[in-house]
Amino acid sequence: MGLYKAQKALLPVTVLGLLVALGTAVMQWTEKNEAAPMYSGMMLFNNFSIAFSAISIVSTILILLLSKGYFEKISNHIAEYYAIILFSLAGIIVMVSYHNLSMMFIGIEIMSVSLYILAGIRKNDFASNEAALKYFLMGAFSTGFLLFGIALIYGSSGSFDLEGIRTYVAGNPQNIDPLFYTGILLIIVGMCFKVGAAPFHFWTPDVYEGAPSLITAYMSTVVKVAGFAAFLRLFSACFLLMADFWTPVLLVITIVTLFIGNITALYQQSFKRMMAFSSISHAGYLMFAIVAIGAASANSIFVYATAYSIASIVAFGSLILVRQHSGTDNFEGFNGLAKHNPFLAFVLTVSMLSLAGIPLTAGFIGKFYMFTGALSQYKVWLVIIAVINAIISIFYYFRVIIAMYFRSGDDAEVAIPAYYKLVFGFSALATIVIGIYPTLISALI
Amino acid sequence: MESLTNTIQAVPLNHYILLSAIIFSIGVMGVLLRRNAIVIFMSVELMLNSVNLLLTAFSVYRGDAAGQVFVFFIMALAAAEVAVGLAIIVMIYRNTNSIDINVLNRLKW
Repeated sequence: MGLYKAQKALLPVTVLGLLVALGTAVMQWTEKNEAAPMYSGMMLFNNFSIAFSAISIVSTILILLLSKGYFEKISNHIAEYYAIILFSLAGIIVMVSYHNLSMMFIGIEIMSVSLYILAGIRKNDFASNEAALKYFLMGAFSTGFLLFGIALIYGSSGSFDLEGIRTYVAGNPQNIDPLFYTGILLIIVGMCFKVGAAPFHFWTPDVYEGAPSLITAYMSTVVKVAGFAAFLRLFSACFLLMADFWTPVLLVITIVTLFIGNITALYQQSFKRMMAFSSISHAGYLMFAIVAIGAASANSIFVYATAYSIASIVAFGSLILVRQHSGTDNFEGFNGLAKHNPFLAFVLTVSMLSLAGIPLTAGFIGKFYMFTGALSQYKVWLVIIAVINAIISIFYYFRVIIAMYFRSGDDAEVAIPAYYKLVFGFSALATIVIGIYPTLISALI
Repeated sequence: MESLTNTIQAVPLNHYILLSAIIFSIGVMGVLLRRNAIVIFMSVELMLNSVNLLLTAFSVYRGDAAGQVFVFFIMALAAAEVAVGLAIIVMIYRNTNSIDINVLNRLKW
């Protein structure tokens, strides 16, 4: 398309293709969840992968709709944006449906290499360059840890296949090789880097702030969700029987992530950087499902991820509009928005309430499932700490709402293109509908 | 081929594991301590290559080819990473005339 100068056709064709992909994915849904591994045991496309592929594809469509008129401002070659985003989406689909550690590695790398390019796609903007280099160095570094972990697991269990590793763990309950334990720890380090959980989160705020806003939206929603899906799939399929060993490690990581994310977000002046820290704290909540691993984990991650992705897309979409209007990322840019843009202020309020986890929004349902999962395993202290953090987070999400409704700013109206209205309307509606009828998506997996 | 396998197996497996762990640690220290983007990048490659060595050794000891196939995947993806990574470093160099990562402080840590 870029070759034929048919730039107007890029967006419709991309969205159409993604819709077809979504349709074919959903068609493979089976009631009993009895898919068999295919491609010589490399991939397993069961209901878990279908659900996560669907949420990734839907979020990508929403983000691409927001890109109308955005990429043109950055460069003349807009075809490459669509191509690279689709490449990384392909990696994500592999990541959520692997059945062999080599496919997991390949999926993660396809996704990451595309993202390194996307983060640095503003070639002359220094912040974007810096984000790309930091993301690249940290990403490659974490890949090293992940690979060393995989190598040690292969060395002790003799297989890359998830089924084979599970058989090894189940077959030798007493004398598991020490290498295997080291391997699990190294894989935890590698995956925590990828999903941005503390203490491996330090690259996140810089990269999210430096990358173009739309790419940040993509990284903090689709990529994070896919990272957690891959994380959960590995741990629930292979290491479930050894939960006593790695749960304490993840428990500490979760608590540290929650506190660092929420407390640092309090001090931010920039909305974009605040969203980066809030994405770290949401990574902490998503870790709950892995700490309290069980049959319901996949479901609670799915609900939480849906709520979080939809709300974040709205937040970043409004950030792009406000930034174009007032030229700043800071909270002051949102002052007085409610007076001249009631619709924009309303959808942003809904998304902030959802991120903070106020009842009647999807975010509340997501947190509810996470907390019940943890409570069912008697992790009462974890839930108490998480509730304290949820209260802290209300403070900084409400700063945006207060700025919009109670501060006065300039009265010029922010122009909202039709595509943005569509995405915002859909997302706000989905947030409220899921908040009121959670059973729509909560019993899927 | 048979003699090659025998030669590799002449060295105990633990030695391979130790060697890879040492090379891997050198790589990690390089990433953490050096300030030059290209040297950091080389240290990352060192980490990946220690993994390759380990996988090959395990693969020979178990008589299972899967480990060596994985090494090919790692090599291919490392090459892709080199292409993208060097492009990013060149881009930084054009804008700042430096590849020292200390210049990367516009975004506060």
